[in-house]
Amino acid sequence: MNYEPVIGLEIHVQLKTKSKMFCGSPNNPDVAEPNVNICEVCTGQPGSLPVANEEGIKKAIMVGLALNCEVPEYSKFDRKNYFYPDLPKGYQISQYDQPLCLRGRVGTIRITRVHLEEDAGKLIHEGGVTLVDLNRAGVPLLEIVTEPDFKSPQEARKFLQNLRNIVRYIGVSDADMEKGHLRCDANISVRKARETKLPDYKVELKNLNSFKSVFDALNYEVKRQTEVLEEGKKLTNETRGWNGAKTVSQRMKEEAHDYRYFPEPDLPVLNFSKAYIEKLRAELPELPGEKQARFVSEFGIPEADAEVLISDKNLAGFFEEVVSELQEWFKEDRLPSTDIKKFAMMAVNWIIGDFQALLKEANITPRESRVTAENLAELVKMVDLGQVSVTAGRQVLGIMFQKGGDPSNIVQDEGLAQVSDETALEQSVDKVIMENQKAVEDYRGGKQQSFGFLVGQVMKELRGSGSPKVINEILRKKLT
Amino acid sequence: MSISIDDVKHIAKLARIELREDELEKFRADLNKILGYIEVLKTVNTDGVEPLAQVTGLQNAFREDQSENSGLQKDIVKNAPESERGFIKVKKVF
Amino acid sequence: MDIAFATIKELRKLLNTKQISAVELAKEFLSRIKEYDQDLRSFITVTEEQALAQAREADRAIAAGEAEMFTGIPFAAKDLFSTRGIKTTAASKILENFQPVYDATVIRKLKDQKAILLGKTNLDQFAHGSSTETSYFGPTHNPWHRDRIPGGSSGGSAAAVAASLAPFALATETGGSIRQPASLCGISGWKPTYGRVSRYGVIAMASSADSIGTFARTVEDLALTAEILSGFDPKDSTTSKKDIAPWSDMLSGSLDDCKIGVPKEYFVSGIEPDVEKRVKEAIEEIRKLGAKIQSVSLPLTMFGSMVYAIVTPSEVSSNLSRYDGIRYGYVTKEARDLYEIYAKTRGEGFGDEAKRRIMTGTYALSAGYRDQYYLKSQKVRRLIVNGFSEVFKQVDILLCPSSPNVAIKIGSAADDPLFGYIADQLNIPAALAGLPALSIPCGFGKPKDGEDVKLPVGLQIIGPQWGEEKIFQVGHAYQQVTEFHKMRPRNL
Repeated sequence: MNYEPVIGLEIHVQLKTKSKMFCGSPNNPDVAEPNVNICEVCTGQPGSLPVANEEGIKKAIMVGLALNCEVPEYSKFDRKNYFYPDLPKGYQISQYDQPLCLRGRVGTIRITRVHLEEDAGKLIHEGGVTLVDLNRAGVPLLEIVTEPDFKSPQEARKFLQNLRNIVRYIGVSDADMEKGHLRCDANISVRKARETKLPDYKVELKNLNSFKSVFDALNYEVKRQTEVLEEGKKLTNETRGWNGAKTVSQRMKEEAHDYRYFPEPDLPVLNFSKAYIEKLRAELPELPGEKQARFVSEFGIPEADAEVLISDKNLAGFFEEVVSELQEWFKEDRLPSTDIKKFAMMAVNWIIGDFQALLKEANITPRESRVTAENLAELVKMVDLGQVSVTAGRQVLGIMFQKGGDPSNIVQDEGLAQVSDETALEQSVDKVIMENQKAVEDYRGGKQQSFGFLVGQVMKELRGSGSPKVINEILRKKLT
Repeated sequence: MSISIDDVKHIAKLARIELREDELEKFRADLNKILGYIEVLKTVNTDGVEPLAQVTGLQNAFREDQSENSGLQKDIVKNAPESERGFIKVKKVF
Repeated sequence: MDIAFATIKELRKLLNTKQISAVELAKEFLSRIKEYDQDLRSFITVTEEQALAQAREADRAIAAGEAEMFTGIPFAAKDLFSTRGIKTTAASKILENFQPVYDATVIRKLKDQKAILLGKTNLDQFAHGSSTETSYFGPTHNPWHRDRIPGGSSGGSAAAVAASLAPFALATETGGSIRQPASLCGISGWKPTYGRVSRYGVIAMASSADSIGTFARTVEDLALTAEILSGFDPKDSTTSKKDIAPWSDMLSGSLDDCKIGVPKEYFVSGIEPDVEKRVKEAIEEIRKLGAKIQSVSLPLTMFGSMVYAIVTPSEVSSNLSRYDGIRYGYVTKEARDLYEIYAKTRGEGFGDEAKRRIMTGTYALSAGYRDQYYLKSQKVRRLIVNGFSEVFKQVDILLCPSSPNVAIKIGSAADDPLFGYIADQLNIPAALAGLPALSIPCGFGKPKDGEDVKLPVGLQIIGPQWGEEKIFQVGHAYQQVTEFHKMRPRNL
């Protein structure tokens, strides 16, 4: 019997605003010292009142729009009441039945809703006491709920990666799961393959703190649940936590959560005009999916390469700058425009190859590196024009990364110029032919490797700075 | 409809208020009295009426995204019955 | 002139002409407090040292010619207003020693003008009540007859002004807590349009109805306080940007064009005969001033208390969740786990009425009941608001009693949980609708318990939303032709 997974995700994204959602305390939950970014509002002092951060609302709506949601005309905040030491007011300001965004879709995945709420503080349990740090209390949090449309743990992981990219592109969050900017709970059940009805139970998975854990935990559950069903047993609703190796049932309190939602009386309703929503939509930057498609169609680069580029907004941006620089130069030199695809390809190879490797090792972004888009573009051009060999070019890139500088200067300083001038090369070729008569005869006698040997000798003579292409041509001419 | 002692206990739990045994009956009687009062409300026809949330009719009350230092950090932590190394401390846990 | 009974305007003149200094003025009231408040118990905290220091600052400002309307004017504040560094208890054990870290906006506004805070006054615990008897610190006594209640929840502030322990006092109202005590204590009280005055820093009761107002000796004084306290506050999202008019300058003018409505449902059965007589006499006085009186109807009046009985506790139950002994306030000494920290702290720290409201509200909002109770109530509330809007198309002002009875004896209503609701049925509908209102003294009457005493009766003036100008005009006009607001309790 084949079983297939039915997976839904509930994702929380911390929004990057200067101040918290309902007060002016700094939004910096990662600060080291406890209780420094706090005020009377976010610590729930008697008499304090919330005031909504407009930027938080804007960013929330923009994410909803990027997920193709509808933005209803009216929305409001509600109080979600429960008691916990990390919740200063004894209620969380959230949204219940009139969220900011509804009914979106990303590919085949339907987005149920996107709503805004405030984060709770952090608790540290040590030695029988609990330490409360309210730096994070009040930070704006976006909650994104999907329908149970994921058909595999793969799909879920891909969606999360895509979502992370989207929010990074819009600039609303760093969405680093390891830092807690992005949190994910998953709901999973299994049903017989090709069954269309939803299963009558679902298992909620918690403690997923990386994309890998999401993937591994879901895979584990698919296996576990399938086994249980194949043994003829039933599955019921429960919450399980992932401990790195398996999921473990979490003892649920007897009473279900009764949050006693009611409209937040301290915050007036939200009313968005169509014009306002369209203005926000116009402010959306090109989203990863769109950019990827454009790279493929406009620059003719392969899908897979485009995917690598757009997975990092900074890399994609850098690539576009390099291409733009190249376009400028080649326009000046009046080369036909179909070449845009050629140098886009060259740029891609350099960026995805050596450059990205260097960035990863140093753990910096392109903008933080010493290589400017102009520099890299110039290097690409020099290699294309044969002024520098590929090998030498890679060396130049390394030096640029270390110390910065113009590639042309570096080539000069390091003596890396590739000699392409025929006359200069002819001299060396003649010299090598004279000093290696045996090899010449071997080649004329049919031994192909000897040709390579001779090319190598010329390169050695030129200390690696000869254009192999031109050397080949000259040598072939002279030996026939 | 009437409130039972179990109902009272359940509500007290939700509200995190420990009631003494002798208080339970008193609250049960009190809540019942008030609930009786409330039953009459149901006779008012509210078809097509939206619940009122804000008498002022205000909408879209926002503030700009600016951060500021409240300067109250130490005072806030000092007000906590227990604190340690800048944290607010809760003595009992889970 | 007896300084103790002078109005704010009179005191301003005395201070500006240096006939008295701010320090002398503060000392006068502080000594009256010492002399009379042992019996009255209207203050929880008297801030003598701070008051004198503030008075010295005020004198400096006056000498430098920088006096504003409230510079050097002493006042008292209901102990719900956060005052930085000064105990703010809400008259509850759970905040018995709590010192706020910031000032309420209205406190700051008065501070900015160098008004003098004399102290924090008594109230029903967390503003839950109509008699000030539920205070953790014991009841306040009505200055007119010490064995009677001053009304509530702002009983302390009302008694303080009635006994002239302060020229004016800050108070709050959610369902009658300013109008009813003003009536029972024979002074003038103002409840603003909801959204006029910032609630920031005022310990919340029912957020959608809480209003910040004042007690004073005259309507003119109330208008002065209205001018300084009103205004948009960026820290309170429910405040309006509506302009503040110079109401104290707009008090005179004939009432010839004024159409007065007398809601027939407000003369409820159960109103004491003397109350009804005094109020009708007052209405007649106003008619003599030129106003046109007509009967109007507010058919949903009887449902006001019921809506209030659900909406208020619901919001209260949520607003009081923050009192858990973790970040401030009282915490239980015996707790075996987290649940007990919450449950015992709140069980031990809250008084009965607070617990009752939290329980009711929790029940009303809990799963399955939210629609039946809370949302249903908010729908009826909208109908009540509509009812007022309709009536204010026909008339400019409504007149009625502020309370169905004069002050009852302390202890005689403590055990009836509906006492508060019935006593406030004249005040709740306007409060739910967020309308502005005044209660001004209009005579005396005998209580229905038969004792042969004369106790103050209050006339209630209700205006349309944002109608402060109108209610002040009518109230002021009445006080130009009557003397009730000048009367004072004997032996004070």
